[in-house]
Amino acid sequence: MIELKQLTKRYGQGAKATEALSGLNLSIHKGEIFGVIGHSGAGKSTLIRCMNLLERPTSGEVWVGGVNLTGLSKQRLQNERRKIGMIFQHFNLLSSATVYDNIAFPLRLARKGKAEVEAKVNELLALVGLEAHRNKYPAQLSGGQKQRVGIARALASDPQVLLCDEATSALDPQTTDSILKLLLDINQRFNLTIVLITHEMHVIQSICDRVAVIHQGGIVEEGAVTDVFLKPQHPVTKDFVRGEQSQGEPLELAVQASGTGSPQAVKITFLGSKTYESILSRTVRETGADFAILQGTISTIKDTPYGQLIVRFEGGREQIDATLAKLSEQGLDVEVMN
Amino acid sequence: MWGLDFSSVDWNEIGVATLDTLKMLGASAVFTFILGLPIGIVLFMASRSTTGWVRAAYAVISFIVNILRSVPFIILIVALIPVTKAIVGVTFGVLGTIPPLVIAAAPFFARLVETSLREVDRGVIEAAHSMGASTWQVITRVLLPEARPGLLAGITITVVTLVSYTAMSGMVGGGGLGDLAIRYGYYRYESTVMIISVIFMIVLVQLLQMAGDRLVRHFTRK
Repeated sequence: MIELKQLTKRYGQGAKATEALSGLNLSIHKGEIFGVIGHSGAGKSTLIRCMNLLERPTSGEVWVGGVNLTGLSKQRLQNERRKIGMIFQHFNLLSSATVYDNIAFPLRLARKGKAEVEAKVNELLALVGLEAHRNKYPAQLSGGQKQRVGIARALASDPQVLLCDEATSALDPQTTDSILKLLLDINQRFNLTIVLITHEMHVIQSICDRVAVIHQGGIVEEGAVTDVFLKPQHPVTKDFVRGEQSQGEPLELAVQASGTGSPQAVKITFLGSKTYESILSRTVRETGADFAILQGTISTIKDTPYGQLIVRFEGGREQIDATLAKLSEQGLDVEVMN
Repeated sequence: MWGLDFSSVDWNEIGVATLDTLKMLGASAVFTFILGLPIGIVLFMASRSTTGWVRAAYAVISFIVNILRSVPFIILIVALIPVTKAIVGVTFGVLGTIPPLVIAAAPFFARLVETSLREVDRGVIEAAHSMGASTWQVITRVLLPEARPGLLAGITITVVTLVSYTAMSGMVGGGGLGDLAIRYGYYRYESTVMIISVIFMIVLVQLLQMAGDRLVRHFTRK
């Protein structure tokens, strides 16, 4: 659906030039929710703004829906942009227009007839649950309501892609969740491809199918959210994952407190339906080992349940080795930590 | 009262002068708006451009606007006599005053337009671009509606400025209340007529400002 090829964006000239994106390649499939996560200044905002050419890359190509945007005339680009919806961190609604007129805005840009505008806007107002607020001005709405207007406006021209530029970063946690739910609902209902950038792992974990981690203008890690989230490779990714998981005391402390003598702190990862099975207790009953849980999370990534336990096994060498082997056999991911 | 003699005042003359002032004001305000708004929009759009020749054009227009704004109005009237003659055929009276009024006020208004367009949230302009809006659509459907309160305030300031300009034009035979005040008060020491003229102009400015403020408040949505 979206194909970025050797995308480079440089600001400034000569010695003072800074490179926001350096030869970045990315491929986003139709119908998926793709997340890009990175710290501020990593280039994620530049990246998403290149996808509809709000920001023109210095070099490289941007393909959306089989069309190379970088090669289009101004007029053709305007037409292609109507197929790419976008929502923003600060909503960017017309303050002088009502909710109704804001949602109607893209339809009027495309010179749609009055009846068609009316029908479409009513449908969208219902979709985002703002029927009662149609004649209000943005200043009279809460942040979450404003973003709902933003979403309705972005969907008005029936886009193939929805770009979300830090769409929930200005919202409180509860409102964030309700907006994420709405995005997920839209994705499933219309099979709409959604690209979102964020600095919150929570957003990625809640609704994304795949994720890319951006750092210093390049993608350092990319893959299914379950893989990246449960087995992060790059230090930046590990940072984000740890930030999301460690509520309470840091892992290092827990491992230390469990005694330096016993080396066997083990990270066990459950995925899918296995999360809720009694695999661990069955296994130790068979092998005779004991265990203490040092840290643990049971949660979901999008709709997939997962569990991640850090445990210390006690018992004889063979007992512990046998336990680890049996856990692996049953499809759990076992990693001995040092 | 205060040594003023109202019995000798020719109210008919004051009525004619008031009407003349309103005519000059109305006509020059309309033409100032018609001329100043596009110049202000061009200034704003050009100031944001990164293209070399557009930036050069901006510098040139901006320079001309600054010159017209820095020349005192009274000198401008005299300097523009040939231009005025070419446009309306006369250089005095109500008609002869309108071209210099417009040429003096339009650059002033254009700057106010530029400033109020700058107040429009950049993000909204960007959002319009992301929805495939053309430059023309951005101007007519985003910039102007979003800047409406600022533009109305700018119009009010400009019209009030025009009131004092029409008075100044009285110095060179422009007609209207200012002309009356200068002829009677300054040349003939008849302060009564002068004071009445000045009071009329004060009332006019008050009414204009009140109307302007009311419109601004009506269209403010923030």
